[in-house]
Amino acid sequence: MNKPVTAPNAAEAAAPQDAKTGEAAKMNMIQAINSAMDVMLGRDPDVLVFGEDVGYFGGVFRATEGLQKKHGLNRCFDTPIAEAGLIGTAIGMAAYGLRPCVEIQFADYIYPGFDQIVSEAARLRYRSAGDFWCPLTIRSPYGGGIFGGQTHSQSPEALFTHIAGVKTVIPSTPYDAKGLLIAAIEDDDPVVIFEPKRLYNGPFNGDPETPVTPWQKIEGNDVPVGHYTVPLGKARIARPGAEVTVLAYGTMVHVAVAAAEAVGVDAEVVDLRTLAPVDIETIAASVRKTGRCVIVHEATRTSGFGAELSALVQEACFYHLESPIERVTGWDTPYPHAFEWEYFPGQKRVGAALKRVMEA
Amino acid sequence: MKTLKNSRALSLHIPEPRFRPGETPDFSSLAISEAGATPRPAVDTQPKDMRELAYGLVRVLNKAGEAVGPWNPNLDPEVLKRGLRTMMLTRVYDDRMYRAQRQGKTSFYMKCTGEEAVSIAQAMVLNHDDMCFPTYRQQGILIARGYPMVQMMDQVYSNSRDPMKGRQLPVMYSSKADGFFTISGNLGTQFTQAVGWAMASALKGDDRIASGYIGDGSTAEGDFHHALTFASVYRAPVILNIVNNQWAISSFQGIAGGEEAPFASRAIGYNLPSLRVDGNDFLAVYAATQWAAERARSDLGATVIEHFTYRAEGHSTSDDPTRYRPAEEAKLWPLGDPIERLKGHLIQLGVWSDDEQQALHAELVEQVRVAGKEAEAHGTLHDGDRPSVKTMFEDVYKDMDWRLVRQRQELGI
Repeated sequence: MNKPVTAPNAAEAAAPQDAKTGEAAKMNMIQAINSAMDVMLGRDPDVLVFGEDVGYFGGVFRATEGLQKKHGLNRCFDTPIAEAGLIGTAIGMAAYGLRPCVEIQFADYIYPGFDQIVSEAARLRYRSAGDFWCPLTIRSPYGGGIFGGQTHSQSPEALFTHIAGVKTVIPSTPYDAKGLLIAAIEDDDPVVIFEPKRLYNGPFNGDPETPVTPWQKIEGNDVPVGHYTVPLGKARIARPGAEVTVLAYGTMVHVAVAAAEAVGVDAEVVDLRTLAPVDIETIAASVRKTGRCVIVHEATRTSGFGAELSALVQEACFYHLESPIERVTGWDTPYPHAFEWEYFPGQKRVGAALKRVMEA
Repeated sequence: MKTLKNSRALSLHIPEPRFRPGETPDFSSLAISEAGATPRPAVDTQPKDMRELAYGLVRVLNKAGEAVGPWNPNLDPEVLKRGLRTMMLTRVYDDRMYRAQRQGKTSFYMKCTGEEAVSIAQAMVLNHDDMCFPTYRQQGILIARGYPMVQMMDQVYSNSRDPMKGRQLPVMYSSKADGFFTISGNLGTQFTQAVGWAMASALKGDDRIASGYIGDGSTAEGDFHHALTFASVYRAPVILNIVNNQWAISSFQGIAGGEEAPFASRAIGYNLPSLRVDGNDFLAVYAATQWAAERARSDLGATVIEHFTYRAEGHSTSDDPTRYRPAEEAKLWPLGDPIERLKGHLIQLGVWSDDEQQALHAELVEQVRVAGKEAEAHGTLHDGDRPSVKTMFEDVYKDMDWRLVRQRQELGI
């Protein structure tokens, strides 16, 4: 039986060991996220962090561990279990001039706050013609691969990319998680950051039998302890390649890289990092070069973000395409507990799609 | 196996208002406290020691027009006259914009007729920089705070000078400089935002407070309960106003639960102090707001106020209330009209007369007419100048990204 690698209450993550001594440190993704909030709480008195269980306890994934003790009760505190309430109050605070960074414990729990995000946070600037605006950051763990069942595994990112006025961000490495989160907190518009919880402790190649290598043991994954940003709206090339472009984000970036190696296709894996506004230049440049495109996400297929990506690629690169665009996604069912690996678009399915587009 | 039996057949209660079109309203059974009868607790009273106020009715003006009892704020006649003038100005403004909509100059309008005291008495108590989170029926706040009427009209007309650049439905004003939060057509969302703004003020050691408004109908939204939860938990310096005007479009307040218990009593479970107030009594609203504001400014947290009033006109220009309630209900409403009652009080004090009232009305009609002409010169919805269409793509984000740049090009501007 496959075991969940990152349990919802995993407590192994701790604060960066050498945050005060070195320029860069070995951090897993949770520690990098913690460091981003720590840095911003220290730099900007208008930043505050709150959510369910985030205060004294430090969050169910430990992302806010130690922040209350270090920065005080006023800067990091618990809220009632009311996502609409905590997002609504955060919007009021943002309108006042603060920069709240709130945690929604699981992306699956964000829906009660949806109206406040869609109708309020996203529109304050527009509807008031710039009189009010909403520098709000909402962080939330998302995605599968942890045996979380249908209420702890969802990937609702497409819902947010559909909202004018909200930015949607998904990191895939500790470095990006910290840099993107700081950029989000400093951004003057509302940003929703979905954190791939399957990647909190280490990268995941899509094979549940492979033991997780902690981020700290992976070369080239040092995270600066101080302030830096990764700009919103810019993708990165996770694996350069010539034969096919894979568009992915979050956990699927690592699965796609592993799948390309496994089937021996020289894929260029583009890690989108920001879904809205998406980096069309990087996407178009890659697809024009390779002439082929596979889109990979965990979320359900119908009206998923892959549909938007497919349309964008077709609009920008139609005459460069040598094969149909493929989508490898979660199935159009709720996320089933016992069928984690049949549901999750693992290496096998991604590899098969890569081969199909090469043979087309 | 034993089967439990019902002692009577189950039935579903679907609330209905007492009077429908064609029937004659009779409000004689409505429990209304005598003016002056409700005690005024000290501002630092524990909520548990003043629960009866959520079931009572704070009233100051009696039938003779006298200000009586412990809630009498003992206002200078000049303050009373300013209140009267502002309420009358708001009503004259509403009447003109309502007609403008009927003349096709805009798409939609919402009057606050009968509810002027709620927003105006409160705005006169609060500081200019206390942040109000209104619904669409508190235009009186902006008028009381001296926001230019021409600009309000520019917004209603979505014309070339519209401060909202043609993006918002009429009456959805915004003015941060005047402590008036951008209005949302979504009901209830502003209530939690008001609490959040107040929490921010407290976090920063600021001296400003917030005031949120919600209708009787929207108290059924989750936002209402979230607002009370957060206000209670964090002792936020906020006034949480429930404007119970009896009607949510066509649904009477019983559909929102008002038959079972007064809306004000919902505060009790949150251990928030709660005042139920005659919302058509300028002095009662003024005094209740003073009490709640002083409590907030003493760092004692939030107060809930239910303003018991009556929506004398339709919900909006898209509504015909005679289809669901007797046409004469407003005239028979036992708590009268806030303008008539304050006028009666000023006359009773010997500082005002019917002639002065008529002269003031004529002056305000002329003032609004002049403002109307000026605004119409800036354009109306379907006629004259509009905001630049180019601005349609601005302010979605602070900086326009490639998607909006391309879409603007696609539109050809």
